[in-house]
Amino acid sequence: MAVKRLGTQTVKFGNPPSIKGFYTIVGPKEGDGPLSKYFDLILADDLWGQESWEKAEIKMQEECIKAAINNGGLTVNDINYLIAGDLLNQIIATGYSARQISIPFFGLYGACSTMTESLSLGAMIVDGGFADNVICSASSHFSTAERQFRFPLEYGNQRKFSSQWTVTGSGATLLASGGNGPYIKYVTTGKIIDAGIKDVNNMGAAMAPAAVDTLLYHFRDIGCKPSDYDLIISGDLGHIGKEIVIDMMKREGYDLRSMYTDAGVEIFDKDTQDTHAGGSGCACSAAVFNGYVLKEIKKGKFNRVLIMSTGALHSTTSVQQGESIPCIAHAVTIDKKRE
Amino acid sequence: MEKLNKKEYEKYVEGKIPKPTYVKNIIMAFLVGGFICTLGQFILNYLLSLGLNESSAASFTSIALVFLGSLLTGLGIYDKIGKIGGAGASVPITGFANSIVSPAMEFKREGFIFGVASKMFTIAGPVLVYGIGGSVIVGLLTLLFKGR
Repeated sequence: MAVKRLGTQTVKFGNPPSIKGFYTIVGPKEGDGPLSKYFDLILADDLWGQESWEKAEIKMQEECIKAAINNGGLTVNDINYLIAGDLLNQIIATGYSARQISIPFFGLYGACSTMTESLSLGAMIVDGGFADNVICSASSHFSTAERQFRFPLEYGNQRKFSSQWTVTGSGATLLASGGNGPYIKYVTTGKIIDAGIKDVNNMGAAMAPAAVDTLLYHFRDIGCKPSDYDLIISGDLGHIGKEIVIDMMKREGYDLRSMYTDAGVEIFDKDTQDTHAGGSGCACSAAVFNGYVLKEIKKGKFNRVLIMSTGALHSTTSVQQGESIPCIAHAVTIDKKRE
Repeated sequence: MEKLNKKEYEKYVEGKIPKPTYVKNIIMAFLVGGFICTLGQFILNYLLSLGLNESSAASFTSIALVFLGSLLTGLGIYDKIGKIGGAGASVPITGFANSIVSPAMEFKREGFIFGVASKMFTIAGPVLVYGIGGSVIVGLLTLLFKGR
C-alpha cells in the first residue's frame, strides 16, 4: 500500500530528505538583477570561453553540479543518481554535461518545471531508500533558447509586452538521506492543464491555471493553508501569470497576496532591464531556488517555503500546427525543521 | 481547473496584457523608416549627379543599402534599430538584409551547408516566395487585362 500518499496528488515523506548542498551559476544579465548577491557564480560573458552557446550551457550545468556536490562535502563517487534536464531538443545540455560526470543518470524534460520535477523524483528516491545522495539540476540559456524557439539574436524584431526573458543559468541541489536540513517534506505533482492559450509570447497566462491547479490540490491534500508558508514562489509565470494566480486563487477562497511571488518577477528588474513580463526558463526557478530561497532559509528569513516550478510543454512544431500549450506545475515543500 | 472555460479565460487574459504603445510605435517606425528611405534617396541623388543612368543608380542604391543593413547586423547594431523602429526598420531593404544575415551568423556553428546556407532564408524565405509569387500573378493579370 502506498502509505506515503496524501489525498490525490501529494506525497508526504517518512524520512524527509535533507538538502545538503546547492549551487547557482548565472549569466551577466541575471547578475545585474535584484537577486545578484544570492548567486554563487556570475559569468562575465555568457559564452564562457566556449565556441557555442550550447557548449556554454553544458559547461554551466556541469560546473554547477560539481560545485553543489562539493558544497555538500561529498565527491562525485558518493552520488547515486543525477536527475536533471534543460530546454533544448533532446535535452542536450544535460546529456552532454552528464557525459563529463560519471553518475547514474535520469534525464528529464519538464520544460521550465524541471527543477521541482527533479527535486520531486530525487526526494522520492532518497525517501524510498533507493539512494543516499541524489543531485538534482536544471539549466537554461537565453541564447540557446532564442535560436531554438524564436529568432536569431541579431534579428531586429520587437518583443511583445507579454513575452518573457529566458534566464541564463543553472542551479543544482544535493539531496541526502541524512543531514541537518532544510528538508523536503511534501511533493505535489501537477497534472497537465491546457487553458487553451496558443500565444507563445504569453507563457505566464498559459501556465497560470496549471499553477493554480497544483496549489489547490496541495492545500486540499495536506489540509494546510497559504499562511502556513512564509513564502510561496512559482517558477516563471512572470508579472502577468503572477497576477492571474492571485486572482484565480482569490476566487477559490485563498488569499495569497502576503506570501506569494514568482521567481520570474524577482530575478529581473522589469523597469531597468527591459525584460517585459519577467524571467522564464528552467534556470529561472533553479537559480532563484538554489540562490535566494535556500540562502534565506539558512539565514532564517523563511522557515517553510513552497517552491513550484511551472512548465509549458509545447514545441515549435506543435505551435506552428496551431495547438494550444499544455502546461504543468510541480510543488515541493521545503522546511527548515524535520518535524 | 479541469472545468476552466477556455473562451472566458482567453478574454480575461486579454485584459491582463499591457496594451502595445501604438502611437509611439507608429511615430518611431515613421522616423526610422523615413530616415532609411531618405538615406537611400540621398545615395540615389548622389549617384545620378555623378552621371549614372537611372536604372544603374537605382541598382547601386539597393546594393549600398543592403551592404549597410548587413554591416550593421554584423556589428550588432541593427537589432537595436529594429527594436526601436519596428516595421520602419524591417520593411526597407536594410531590414531584408538583416533578416538574411542574422540567421546566417546565428547558425554558423552548424556549418556552412546545413547552418549558414540552409538557415539563411528561414525568415526571408516566405517574403521571397510570396513576394515573387505575388509579382508573377500581378504580371499575368496586367498582361490579361491591359493587353500589350
